[in-house]
Amino acid sequence: MRLLIHNMLSSNIKGVINGFPLRIEVDKVEEKQVDFDAAFLRKMFHKIEWKALLDAALTLGYAELPEEAPDSSVLESDEFLQKFHHALLELDLEEGALVCPETGRKFPVTKGIPNMLLHEDEV
Amino acid sequence: MSSKIARIDLVSSHPEVYEPCDDSFALVDALLSDRTNLLDFHPRLCMEVGCGSGYVITSLALMLGQETTGVHYIATDINPHALQVTSETLKAHGVHAELIQADIASGLEKRMAGLVDVIVVNPPYVPTPEDEVGQEGIASTWAGGENGRRVIDRILPVADRLLSHKGWLYMLFLTSNNPSEICLQMKDKGFSARIIVQRATEEENLLVIKFWRDSPVQADTNGMVTTTKTEPFMAMGSLGSLFSRLSFWRSDNSSC
Repeated sequence: MRLLIHNMLSSNIKGVINGFPLRIEVDKVEEKQVDFDAAFLRKMFHKIEWKALLDAALTLGYAELPEEAPDSSVLESDEFLQKFHHALLELDLEEGALVCPETGRKFPVTKGIPNMLLHEDEV
Repeated sequence: MSSKIARIDLVSSHPEVYEPCDDSFALVDALLSDRTNLLDFHPRLCMEVGCGSGYVITSLALMLGQETTGVHYIATDINPHALQVTSETLKAHGVHAELIQADIASGLEKRMAGLVDVIVVNPPYVPTPEDEVGQEGIASTWAGGENGRRVIDRILPVADRLLSHKGWLYMLFLTSNNPSEICLQMKDKGFSARIIVQRATEEENLLVIKFWRDSPVQADTNGMVTTTKTEPFMAMGSLGSLFSRLSFWRSDNSSC
């Protein structure tokens, strides 16, 4: 699971008001090389919750992102885009869990696939 | 890998995962016939709901290219075996999609709303007794309840929510799903519709319909939804005559 997906997922358990961002528990991380595409990054930048990406990247062991949410002027910087690219697309959570920030319920991640299915009493 | 669609001999399998069949081929043929438009459209995020063997999402990724062309793929399925098989099928073709075990798009609906440019769906469309819907195992890949609409009717509002303002939806139906009624419902949400592929097999009359946002739909201050542009709904006339034609038309396609 790439952090792009982590930034799109939230806990939708019945009654949960703020299910985002899911906290990450790491058992295994892989880095996979992905072709760089600046146009995609510039488009996605505005949709990404910076703090969620920053914390997720830190949890996966990548500390190169700026702490403060950058404004869109950084999109002209190749150095920034490379780091953003790496955090968003190249860090892969292979094994671990995503934890609902409100209930602590764990959504397991197995072979890179998060299981977002709810139990009957959570729907 | 130069081929434009997935190779059947490279599609992985599992006893509890639906294998590519006439419906899957019809959906991929529809995407292939619309490939030029898709390339012009230049989608960023493409998604398949219910990816099964991975045949369709792999074919789409081969058709449109991967990260070098700036297209990213996401596929969901409720069945963990399907996701494993899809993962193997993608890998065998050297393409990538992010996989999520979900009920339609559970967990994604909030944050991914309005972000997906293309959604493809081969839903469980077979009319069955209601209690067969959503059972574990392979039956969930086809069991559609009354008129085959149980799952279809849950997917359509999710697709509406996830699709970007210019988003396209490709969905497979049987004539017995009453697709003309579905097109009317989608029209109310601001979508136009066109039949891309029509195919009669020995057992089924299949249709692939493409929906796209045509009229900008705006919510006014009272929360009432109004359609600002009212163009004649092009597909409806042809749908009616098509359905009557289909009932007389048999191809010599063999069933699976």
